[in-house]
Amino acid sequence: MSTGWMSQTAQPRAPQPQAGEDARTRTMRPIVTGTSVLGIKFDGGVAIAADTLGSYGSLARFREISRMCKVGNQTVVGGGGDVADFHMIRDLLNTLEIENREYEDEHDIKPQAVHTYLTRVLYNRRSQMNPLWNTVLVAGMQDGEPYLGYTDKLGVAYQESTLACGYGAYIALGPLLREVADKGEPITKDAAVALLQKCLKVLWYRDARSLNRFEIATVTAEGVDISAPQSSESDWGIASMVRGYE
Amino acid sequence: MSSTDKTVLASAGFHGDVLTLVKRIGVRMQNYEYQHRKPMSTPACAQMLATMLYGKRFFPYYTYNILAGLDADGKGCVFSYDPVGSYEREHYRAAGTASALLQPFLDNQARALARIPDYIGRKNQQGVVFEPISKERAMTIIKDVFTSAAERDIYTGDAVDIRIVTKDGLEEHRFPLRCD
Repeated sequence: MSTGWMSQTAQPRAPQPQAGEDARTRTMRPIVTGTSVLGIKFDGGVAIAADTLGSYGSLARFREISRMCKVGNQTVVGGGGDVADFHMIRDLLNTLEIENREYEDEHDIKPQAVHTYLTRVLYNRRSQMNPLWNTVLVAGMQDGEPYLGYTDKLGVAYQESTLACGYGAYIALGPLLREVADKGEPITKDAAVALLQKCLKVLWYRDARSLNRFEIATVTAEGVDISAPQSSESDWGIASMVRGYE
Repeated sequence: MSSTDKTVLASAGFHGDVLTLVKRIGVRMQNYEYQHRKPMSTPACAQMLATMLYGKRFFPYYTYNILAGLDADGKGCVFSYDPVGSYEREHYRAAGTASALLQPFLDNQARALARIPDYIGRKNQQGVVFEPISKERAMTIIKDVFTSAAERDIYTGDAVDIRIVTKDGLEEHRFPLRCD
């Protein structure tokens, strides 16, 4: 005899979700991926770089995918990780820019606003156990000062004078980018671009998911400039001398 | 670490949650000031933080918080928390990855007795002379504590931010630690 909600008998359990019925799939791993994005501040601006490869596992599947987008007139965003998720982020930023433009109030979206917005989006998605599988660099000019920020799929965010994600964080960030930035002397735009090209060349030699075809974006007081895809001269002459990886 | 002119919050743990929590606290402190025409007191902020943390009891903010400032009497106060909002007013507290390493250090060097709250004690020492902690002494202890943390805790970084709250306002310092 049931005595209401305090009944001693076991209650029937709610039906467990079966795959294909109530189960929902989420991004558990990235599919088409982009590798490193590199960024460095220079005297009067900031530069970021990313190659144009969308890898399908170890297959170099899509070789002309831009992993950068311009937001407003003083911000550029570059992303690594899942390319489809990055495209969604790009569409969100595009919507943001269009909505801002509709006010016709001369106000331009600043990089800090873009960075915070992206951090909120990524943090919300991770909190719903459905992350956008990206690491994103935001570069731009914030009230006349260079701005460079990082955000990832967890919603972790910070700013630095040099940043990198993917293999770039291991290979380029410490020995190459920070080595220059930590000297404390501001570098010129040309030196920054040359340094990024050097880093990308090292990554081309060492990161098997990279491509020797990349874009470099610079943001200065004059605005955003995303370069046409470019390549570096490479020399595999020493490859035969490398030992220990056979 | 984030602060107003008389309340400082230091948070360890998941940085994404820290950013989110600090943002929400900032919004609520702003609204409080608009509604009450005065800044939120440190004890009020402490109570608010506890309810905010407990509000996410079943999907917690993975953060370890210490809130410090001045109370209604102008005395220094330190509030420490667990990730789901249990909190307590104390005289000193270590939190974060090196907390287990540092709390005994503070117990030994800075233990305050409840009976004589403004005096430091020297737990597990003999022939102790109780004396009030000066600002300089507090600074020295904090620097020593973090030097010890950098020695053994791999998650402790290259520098420590120190903020000092007095009736005269907020002081900010950065103390470099061993950079390896």
